[in-house]
Amino acid sequence: MMDAFLHQFLSGLANGSIYASIGLALVMIFQSTHHINFAQGEQAMFSAYVALTLIKAGFPYWAAFVLALGFAFVSGMAIERLIIRRFNRAPVLTVVIVFLGLLFIINSLAGWLFTYNVQTFPSPFPPGLGNRFLAAHEIGMIAVTLVMLLLIFLFFRYTSLGLMMRAAAYNPDASRLVGIRVSHMLALGWGVAGAIGAVAAIMAAPIVYMEPNMMGGVLLYGFAAALLGGINNPWGAAVGGFLVGVIENLAGAYVVGTELKLSVALIIIVVVLVTSPAGLFGRPIVTRV
Amino acid sequence: MRQVSVAYGQSRVVHDLDLSVIEGEITTLLGANGAGKTTVLRAISNMHVRVSGEIRFSGQRIDGWQTEDIVRLGIGHVPEGRGTITQLTVEENLTLGACTRGDRNSVAGDLERVYSYFPRLKERRRQQSGTLSGGEQQMLAIGRALMLKPKFLLLDEPSFGLAPLVVREIFGILRRINMEDAVSILLVEQNASLALDLARDVYLLETGRVVLNGPTSIVKNNASVRRAYLGY
Repeated sequence: MMDAFLHQFLSGLANGSIYASIGLALVMIFQSTHHINFAQGEQAMFSAYVALTLIKAGFPYWAAFVLALGFAFVSGMAIERLIIRRFNRAPVLTVVIVFLGLLFIINSLAGWLFTYNVQTFPSPFPPGLGNRFLAAHEIGMIAVTLVMLLLIFLFFRYTSLGLMMRAAAYNPDASRLVGIRVSHMLALGWGVAGAIGAVAAIMAAPIVYMEPNMMGGVLLYGFAAALLGGINNPWGAAVGGFLVGVIENLAGAYVVGTELKLSVALIIIVVVLVTSPAGLFGRPIVTRV
Repeated sequence: MRQVSVAYGQSRVVHDLDLSVIEGEITTLLGANGAGKTTVLRAISNMHVRVSGEIRFSGQRIDGWQTEDIVRLGIGHVPEGRGTITQLTVEENLTLGACTRGDRNSVAGDLERVYSYFPRLKERRRQQSGTLSGGEQQMLAIGRALMLKPKFLLLDEPSFGLAPLVVREIFGILRRINMEDAVSILLVEQNASLALDLARDVYLLETGRVVLNGPTSIVKNNASVRRAYLGY
């Protein structure tokens, strides 16, 4: 009984690491642009296809991993510079439509280039790593996510580029007045968010299998993570991701059953928005009108 | 600045302005609310305005440049409302002031120097700058501009909303910065008498046009001008 619970709890953490990454990527872009990037999951999925293609072409796993992250970084920047930037002053609804458009474009592009066939994706972690509670890949993906979160934290906290990126997101005008090229920082932020998303997709792929719609559900959990943690707090979103993973798994095992798991994400979203829109760690935003 | 007009979108706020700040001197720009003082500063650093005419800095034309590039020339702008980044700590704000400078090694020394001007900032270095008092935020904004090692400082109402004692302290520092580091200053102020004591030259602005300019003595010694434009 206790073992089963522990198993559900820990594998919830493993799923949660994926939601944490996607949630973090969403929050990073939300902080600097005040938009939700609905195409975040599809960008990540596409990068995972790049990794898979490289692996099939004979690249070692981690080389393919790094190259796919590089691709995600560059394509994230390109999407900002070439497309999103043009809608800088556009009404919110226009931007939402643009993001949805991107979602469908990237999704179809992936289907066209890589087919809609469901494919397996290799895991780099030796099966011996597993124990009676968690499979090797689950342990590996928690570790990879934690390492990534630590690196991102160190980058933003202790490097001057990280400081400049934070400043540009918080207060673009003041940042320009100290000479920061805010538009470059914005593009960089999109690049970093793209790479974070790619880590999530590559780690998720061995579990959910590779196909163009693999990130649909994950993106929903990512939203739930971001909202639960606080849409304006990146670390809150990461914690929120792990929480959502655990809640989802426990609810799936003991309350609603596996078929209704996805609705757990929606319930979390609705409950957070109704009861405490700032989330657990977010700060409510007060605007003078 | 020669024949400079400035507009927000379609509405022109400043008309055919000629203004020059002599190197190493303090010049003040006075006028009633809405006269266009802030707009003149925004025109120089090209923030949110459309500028026509000619703006030169050390002989180089800078009108039409990006704000970031103008700042990198050594033009520090302390905007109205101070523009400190409230989510970051005091020290992070100050460090950002120097983030575009090439000489990373001397940044620590300059940080100490800013702290020597404003010891209270040093006490609060790890504090989020949003939690500072108004006077401390103003000190932080000026300190951050100094971290740029500016040649020219644009100050937008540094006395706004501050207690008289704090204002005097800040103005004392401004005088020191001007004398010790030969920083030229263009000072926009509501507190005319204080600004006139500090500055060498004055420009009087009314609804976007210069109505009077010259050494500050012409305003200080002319009661009718003072009454008409400055209300004292």
